[in-house]
Amino acid sequence: MSKAAQSTAPESPAELAADLQDERLIRTEGLGGAARAFGRRVRGGDLGSLPVVIGLVVIWVVFQILNPNFLSANNLVNLTLQCAAIGTISIGIVLVLLLGQIDLSVGSVSGVAAAILGVGFTQLHWPLWLTVIVAILAGSAIGLLYGFLFTRFGVPSFVITLAGLLGFLGLQLWILGPNSSINIPYDSWIVKFAQQTFLPPWAAYALAVIAAGGMFLSDWRRNIRRRKAGLSEGSVAVVAIRAGLLLVGLCISVWYLSTDRGTGAMFLLFVILVVVMNFFLTRTRWGRSVFAVGGSVEAARRAGIKVNRVFISVFILTSTFAAVGGLLAAARLASVSASSGGTDTNLNAIAAAVIGGTSLFGGRGSAWSALLGILVIQSISNGLTLMNLDSSYRFMITGAVLLLAVIIDSLSRRSRASHGQA
Amino acid sequence: MTMESAIVDGERSTRQPVLSLRGVSKGFGAVQALTDIHLEVYPGEVVALVGDNGAGKSTLVKILAGVHPQDSGTIEFDGQVVGIPTPSASRQLGIATVFQDLALCDNLDVVSNLFLGREISRGTLDEEEMEKRSWSLLRQLSARIPSVRIAVASLSGGQRQTVAIARSLIGDPRVVILDEPTAALGVAQTAEVLNLIERLRERGLGVILISHNMADVQAVADRVAVLRLGRNNGDFRVPEVSYEDIISAITGATDNVVVRRAERLMEAEESTERSPEA
Repeated sequence: MSKAAQSTAPESPAELAADLQDERLIRTEGLGGAARAFGRRVRGGDLGSLPVVIGLVVIWVVFQILNPNFLSANNLVNLTLQCAAIGTISIGIVLVLLLGQIDLSVGSVSGVAAAILGVGFTQLHWPLWLTVIVAILAGSAIGLLYGFLFTRFGVPSFVITLAGLLGFLGLQLWILGPNSSINIPYDSWIVKFAQQTFLPPWAAYALAVIAAGGMFLSDWRRNIRRRKAGLSEGSVAVVAIRAGLLLVGLCISVWYLSTDRGTGAMFLLFVILVVVMNFFLTRTRWGRSVFAVGGSVEAARRAGIKVNRVFISVFILTSTFAAVGGLLAAARLASVSASSGGTDTNLNAIAAAVIGGTSLFGGRGSAWSALLGILVIQSISNGLTLMNLDSSYRFMITGAVLLLAVIIDSLSRRSRASHGQA
Repeated sequence: MTMESAIVDGERSTRQPVLSLRGVSKGFGAVQALTDIHLEVYPGEVVALVGDNGAGKSTLVKILAGVHPQDSGTIEFDGQVVGIPTPSASRQLGIATVFQDLALCDNLDVVSNLFLGREISRGTLDEEEMEKRSWSLLRQLSARIPSVRIAVASLSGGQRQTVAIARSLIGDPRVVILDEPTAALGVAQTAEVLNLIERLRERGLGVILISHNMADVQAVADRVAVLRLGRNNGDFRVPEVSYEDIISAITGATDNVVVRRAERLMEAEESTERSPEA
């Protein structure tokens, strides 16, 4: 099939789709073509999420060998719940990294949001919904401040957010006041949501079908639009197989998790946030301008993109995601303290984004890297906890994995350069 | 306004310059970068703007691109006196500038770069429409880009230049300014870009070509405007001028056609001034 496709080169150009008429193009048709194109991309240094998926499999196999409880349904349900809070913070980090900037203060900002939740709800007796909104808006306001400082004074985001790291840690302690630790009542909806709400299996299966069906429909409609526009279209088989694989994968996950408590609502919220951000990044003008600014600020400016607005919007989103993540973390622990959003929150969120495949150099990455990266980090953390190793090992190993991820990022950048793609 | 209508307009108003500068001056602090510059660009004409380093070419381009406004003098576009305070004002008038560094986003593909800042969107991006238009635009320019879905980083220098020039055409401009489009290119790529410039002329666009390469200038330009130390130092029709004449106008060598012509005119003027007294 593949041989035949390649040997049909001397077709008349009129019959060919507009994007396939150049004879230098290597033709990729059908399933074999899709597989070969993938192989070429990988060899060319366009690794995408391949290293992290392989890494995740290796980590899981190693921990399963070391401790047979690691891949038990109970532990995997725990793992998903552990991922949600910092993973949400990590989505914001992905955004700011796409611009080639950094936010070092997400931990402190998440701590401020948690402190507002604790003090507002239990001490000042605000309604819970109002407290949550105030905490999230506080995050947005901090992001707006960063964006203003960055675009107005041109101070590097590294320094602004380093100041924020310290300043907002202070604000968190000030809000908490004399309370070293505040417990959030177990019967409040936010704690119930984070700790006890799991999807019933039928709903989880329904969501799996909707997700796979949605992907199939979206790909299929794109094929139809491409055909109408006179462009080449992917094969229906590839579309169907992709959607089928997703459906099978999701159903197996749902089935396995439901042998224990099931799919956590908090984890689902995190995944939905990832999907929504991925949509905005890849399908909207705003998302395109984020990638453009990350690739070249000057080129984006000359193309008429309002660069300052892009920076400010991203800083606001990053701090807002940090606040949401802080609330989720507080709700899961049902308590707020001075150590909420402490040091490893910050570093884990940044490490997750980088490990997931978002480049530190800007302009390359995807919202999915927040999900993949946090799975890697929490798997390591969870596995080491199961083996009763204390946090000293956890820090060292997470540090080593982060270093490895950055090295892979740099190497694949070099490989892209030598293959003329960087 | 569509590309077709631009061509029709161009044919109808061949007599009127699309862009004309009168007495434009610009100073930066103590340095007078441009003094009393005159320049006219007609539709369907390639004007080469040449001059040594520091002659004021880049300053002139920046004034037209809206990077910084002139201190004095007027700019007329289609016979109307206009101000160009910002880059977007320049674009809206119909002046497209391709800077020397091209200003492409290396991490984005060709389609994204072509439509950067002007994406076709109905809530979500209409990738198919943009890709279709990209192909038709590149075909019109006979551009040899194998795929529009590869990152711009993987293209050759000439192909990148082509993408940058094609991008300037997306907004249906009347005047295209090319800043050193062949500076970093090989022989074949240079020829490609020169073909492209000829195609812009065929479309009825006014082209301002900035170049240090006299071979390129003589190959495609209809007219050469020479700047020297921020002043006009000659305006030649290419078929009537020799390489040496252009070079001496650029370098300011005293014995050249401009000086001789000016001297001759001066003498004639003096003689007419003297004659009434006599």
